Amino acid sequence: MPETVFSKPQALRDVTTHYCPGCTHGTIHRLIAEVLDELGVRERTVGVAPVGCSVLAYNYFETDFHEASHGRAPAVATGIKRARPDLVVFAYQGDGDLASIGTAEIVHCANRGEKVTVVFVNNAIYGMTGGQMAPTTMPGQVATTCPLGRDVDLSGHPIRVSEMLSTLRTPAFVARTSVHTPLLSVNTKEMLRQAFTYQVEGRCFSLVEILSTCPTNWGIPPAEATEWLEKNMLPYYPLGVFKTPESGSRESMPLER
Amino acid sequence: MTKKLMKGSEAIGEAAVQAGCHLFFGYPITPQNEIPEYMSMRLPQVGGTFVQAESEVAASNMLYGAAGSGERVMTSSSSPGVSLMAEAISYLAGAELPVVIVNIMRAGPGLGGILPSQNDYLQSTKGMAHGDFRLLVLAPWSVQEAADLVQDAFDLADYYRNPVLILGDGLIGQMMEPVEFAEGREPIKELPPKDWAATGNDGSKPRSVINSLFLDPEELERHNYHLKEKYDRMERDEVRFETSGLDADYDLLVVAYGTVARVCSTAIEELADRGVKVGMVRPVSLFPYPYRAVREAARKAKAVLVVELSMGQMIEDVRLAIEGSKPLHFLNRTGGMLVSPDEVVDKIQAISEGSSQEVVHA
Repeated sequence: MPETVFSKPQALRDVTTHYCPGCTHGTIHRLIAEVLDELGVRERTVGVAPVGCSVLAYNYFETDFHEASHGRAPAVATGIKRARPDLVVFAYQGDGDLASIGTAEIVHCANRGEKVTVVFVNNAIYGMTGGQMAPTTMPGQVATTCPLGRDVDLSGHPIRVSEMLSTLRTPAFVARTSVHTPLLSVNTKEMLRQAFTYQVEGRCFSLVEILSTCPTNWGIPPAEATEWLEKNMLPYYPLGVFKTPESGSRESMPLER
Repeated sequence: MTKKLMKGSEAIGEAAVQAGCHLFFGYPITPQNEIPEYMSMRLPQVGGTFVQAESEVAASNMLYGAAGSGERVMTSSSSPGVSLMAEAISYLAGAELPVVIVNIMRAGPGLGGILPSQNDYLQSTKGMAHGDFRLLVLAPWSVQEAADLVQDAFDLADYYRNPVLILGDGLIGQMMEPVEFAEGREPIKELPPKDWAATGNDGSKPRSVINSLFLDPEELERHNYHLKEKYDRMERDEVRFETSGLDADYDLLVVAYGTVARVCSTAIEELADRGVKVGMVRPVSLFPYPYRAVREAARKAKAVLVVELSMGQMIEDVRLAIEGSKPLHFLNRTGGMLVSPDEVVDKIQAISEGSSQEVVHA
């Protein structure tokens, strides 16, 4: 009998996704599913889907799911994890969802140190609604609500979520990675494995920011989108591990009486 | 079990714990802070969890996650905070999640004031947020009734898989009264197992997805008809009200709810001593509204008086109930001001003397 060396992960459902050509959501879904399978936690995993391009993520994973309102996935994940600490809970969010409308929820979820995993897909644009400016849109980058390019005088600079969250004192695992090359995809899987492992061990909050392309709304072919990400996003959004639980502390600072 | 003197807010919290609610998510806002404060002290004693959320927006979405996991969960807030929760409440109703929400109303609009009010009646019963949905709304008039209704609310929420709102005014939260919790209380409904909850999928049951998104319009239309069927059952089976003085003859019918009805009760007793006969209907469920009870009680009366701490919100349901069959009068205070028994007495006398102006709608 021939040996099966490659197959669809059990945690991924055998369905066609709605994602555009050149989009990396599919790759990221698969990497998460592989990690859930390899950690043996699929059956006790509950995902939280966002509002945005990955709004239908609950159709693609073979796990139970919650569909959250826009930006609130970390609050929903908090509710699930506090109700059922035995479950493995992950929120899947885009940059409009997490870094704009949901800024309060992600900061406080991380600050409380909720033992959940957040997968943050940053493609520097609003995808589902048709290419509007995101909080992560690059300066000068054209979007449908900044037709002349993002003007930092009017809209500020792109928000670097991983750097911002890593300033919190509470222990956490925060990393930024990308999936625009096969080697980086392997690294992304490793970051996801670490993030989920910290949760399974009951250690800390974990967030993996994954840079992504959006050829449809960037208005360029997929191959050029990969180059655009490398040239424009990588210098501003450096890859790496920004925080590990060892660099934080749960010890309180003594109050003066 | 012995009676215990408790503040309304604390009784509401204890009632939730007695009903098996071990999760509370909330955000501070006056005048209901004693509820989250009580829960932050009480829940750890029973192995439960209290989380002070970063906002009412987050608290109500934590509620969504916890309820979707099949657990009994509650939040409390006051008017502006409930407005912030409104979006999540629409999602909770759409995804059919059982939760209990307590609104201790304060005067508005906007930041308004922190004193008692009933000005969220229309929000609670008609237009909480976007979409076609209803909340079951229960309005207590005493601390004991608040405790009883909170416990019933958890059963009703689970039974209908729908949010239940406890609508109180600032007085309910702040006043102290004796309250008793029955031991070995049985659920008021036969409750099916929560096999729909998203608690992990080992293949032994269909995958659970907690969701209110239906991109196929035919599917969404079916979903809306399914929700409507639930609301129809609530209207058939969950109408709650109390009456007084309806067995005897009476000239005037008073309709009031919550603590305002207690003020009216005092006034009605005073008038009875003077030989003035007044009947009262006190709606306890505001959705479903006791239209039939109000309509039938109004038949014997010459006129109907609505008393509210608002500019006139429940009066719209009374109008629907009596359909112009009797003259309608209105007495109110707003902004945190209260109606006194003397004001009710004076108003009723003015109605009988013909010096009270009828409410006339174009």
